[in-house]
Amino acid sequence: MNFSPRTSIIALLITGLGAVPIIAAGIDEPFYTVLFSRMLILSIGAVSLNLILGFGGMVSFGHAVYLGIGSYVVGIGTFHAIEDGVQWMGNGFIHMGIAVGVSALAGLVIGAISLRTRGVYFIMITLAFSQMFYFIAVGNENYGGDDGLSLYMRSDFAGLLDLSNDNTLYYLNFVVLLASLYISHRLTNSRFGMVIRGTKSNEQRMKSIGFPVFRYRLVAFIIAGAICGLAGVLSANQTDFVSPAVMHWTRSGDLIIMTVLGGLGTLFGPVIGAVAFLFLEELLSGFTEYWQLIFGPMLVLVVIFARGGIDGMLVGLDRWWNRLNIINKEGDL
Amino acid sequence: MNWVLLLEQTLNGFQFGILLFLLAAGLTLIFGIMDLINLAHGSLYMMGAYFAATFTQWTDSFLLGALLALPACMLFGVILERIALRTLYTRSHLDQVLATFGLILFFNEFVRLIWGPIGLDIPLPGLLSGSVELFFGIRYPAFRLVIIAVGILVAFLLYLLVSKTRIGMLIRAGASNRQMVSALGININLLYTIVFGLGAVLAGLAGLMAAPIMTVEIGMGEEILIVTFVVIVIGGVGSIKGAFVAALIVGFIDTVGRSFLPDILGLFFSNDVADTAAPAISSMLIYILMALILAIKPQGLFPPKGA
Repeated sequence: MNFSPRTSIIALLITGLGAVPIIAAGIDEPFYTVLFSRMLILSIGAVSLNLILGFGGMVSFGHAVYLGIGSYVVGIGTFHAIEDGVQWMGNGFIHMGIAVGVSALAGLVIGAISLRTRGVYFIMITLAFSQMFYFIAVGNENYGGDDGLSLYMRSDFAGLLDLSNDNTLYYLNFVVLLASLYISHRLTNSRFGMVIRGTKSNEQRMKSIGFPVFRYRLVAFIIAGAICGLAGVLSANQTDFVSPAVMHWTRSGDLIIMTVLGGLGTLFGPVIGAVAFLFLEELLSGFTEYWQLIFGPMLVLVVIFARGGIDGMLVGLDRWWNRLNIINKEGDL
Repeated sequence: MNWVLLLEQTLNGFQFGILLFLLAAGLTLIFGIMDLINLAHGSLYMMGAYFAATFTQWTDSFLLGALLALPACMLFGVILERIALRTLYTRSHLDQVLATFGLILFFNEFVRLIWGPIGLDIPLPGLLSGSVELFFGIRYPAFRLVIIAVGILVAFLLYLLVSKTRIGMLIRAGASNRQMVSALGININLLYTIVFGLGAVLAGLAGLMAAPIMTVEIGMGEEILIVTFVVIVIGGVGSIKGAFVAALIVGFIDTVGRSFLPDILGLFFSNDVADTAAPAISSMLIYILMALILAIKPQGLFPPKGA
C-alpha cells in the first residue's frame, strides 16, 4: 500500500465523509449533515458524469436531466401515494428501480441521437435534450409545472430504512456513493472501460482495430444516466421538493464544473470536486451576497492554470513528496 | 384559422429571427474563426440592453442611448477578449465551456451589483411607440418593424463586409485555415480582436433592440443564448448564411408554434389534451427540430467548407 500524500488525503476525505453525522451531532450543528448530504448526492452525479466526460471524452451538457428524472419519479410517486392512496407508488425500492429504468431509457434515446455527432454539436445537442426535458417538466401543470412539487413524505423503504431521519438518509447517500465509486472503478478498469478510454484518446484507431465505437459509447452513456437517475431519487428525498430547476441547464454546468474541478478521469476526482464546489459556495455566500462575482473568475483561473483539477494538484504534491524522500535518502548516504 | 393573427405572428417570428441572427452571426464567426465556444455571448447581449437603459436615462433619448451603447459594447467585448478569452483559443471545448460559464456567473452577479436585481424598462420614443397600418387595416407596432428593418440592413452590410472587403476576405480565410492566414503575415491576433469586437457589437445591438419590447433583466442573455446555439448548430457552425436561414426558421417556428400549436393539436386530440400539452410541446419545438436536423445532417444545414 502506498501512503503518498494524495492517497492519505483522499482516504481522509472519504472517512471524513463517513463520520459527518457523528461529528455534526457532536458539535450540535445538524445543518452540516444536510450540507454534506447534498455533497454526497452531487458527488454521485459527478461520478456518473465522469464516466462519460472524464473517461470517454463525451462532453455532455445535459447530465442534470437524469437528476430531474430521478427527482420526478419520487415526486410523482409520492404525490399519487398521498393524493390517491396508492401505497406502492411511495415505495423507495420501486422509486429507485423506475428511476434507473427511465434514466437508462432516456440515456438510450439521447445517446442514440447525440452520439452520432461530434465536438460542439454533441455539446449542443445534449443541451437541447436537457432543455426538452426541462420544458416537459415546466409544462406539466398536473405535477406543479414551473412551481414544482412539495414532497409530503420521503421514499418509503418498507420499514427497512426511515428516511425521515436525516442521518439515515445521509448514510443511504453515502452507501450509494461508495457503490457508484466501486462501479466506476470496476468499469473503467475492465475491458469495456479500456475501450471507452481508447475512444477518448483516438477514436479512429479504435474503429480501425475493429471496435464498434458507437455501441460502446452508447452503453457508457446509458450507465452514466442510470447512476445519475439514482442520485436524482436521493436529491428529491433530501430537499423534499421537486421542480424543473433541478434539470436547468446551469445544473448540468455545475456538474461539469464539479467533475473538472476535482479532476477529470480520476476515480475520486468528482467527489473532491463536488465537495469543493459546495464548500466554496457555502463559504463565499457566507462572505458576500455576490459570491458568484468571486466564484466566476475563480472558475476561469482554475481552467486556465490548474489543469487536472484538485486531484492534479495532489498528484503534483505526490511528486514533490517523492523528490523530498529521494533527497533525504541521498542525504543519508 | 385567424389570418390576421397568423400574419402578425409571422412578422413577430421574423422579428425574433432577426434578433437571433444578430446574435448568431457573431457567435458563429467567433466559433468558425477562433474555434471558441463562447457561452458568455449572451452576456454581451445583456450588457447591450443594460448599457442602452443607462444611456437612455442619461440622455433622455433612446436613439442617443442606443448609439452610445454600441461603442460601449464593442469596447466591452474587446476588453473581454484581451483579458479572458484570448488564452482559451487553443484549449479544448470543455475548458472553453467551463471558463465562459464562469464568466456568465460573473457578469450576472456584476449586473446585479451595479444595476440591482429588479428589471429595467426602457420607454420608447413617441415616434416609435405607436403602430403602423400595413394593409387592409392590419396594424403592427412600429418599433418591431424598425427591428426588422435594422436587422435586414445589418445582415446586408455584414454580407458586403464579409464578401466584398479585404477584412471580410481575411475573416473568410481565417475561418477555413488559420495557420495559413497567419503564415502569410496577417496579424491574426488583431483579426481575432476585430472579429470579437464585431460579434460584441452585433450582440449588443440585438440586446438594445430587444430591451424596449422585453424587460431588461439578469439572465436575459442565457435564455436567448441557448436558442442562438440551436440556430448556429442547425445552420452549421461557422456559416453566416446558415445562421441567417436557421435564425429565420427558428424564430418563425418558435413564435408561430406558441400561438397556433393549441389549435393544431386541437384538430387531432381533445381540447383538454391540446391545452395541457401545447405549452410544453411549443417550447420544445425548436429543440425537436434541432435533434431531427442533427440526426439527419450531423454537421447542420450549411456545413462550412474545409472544416
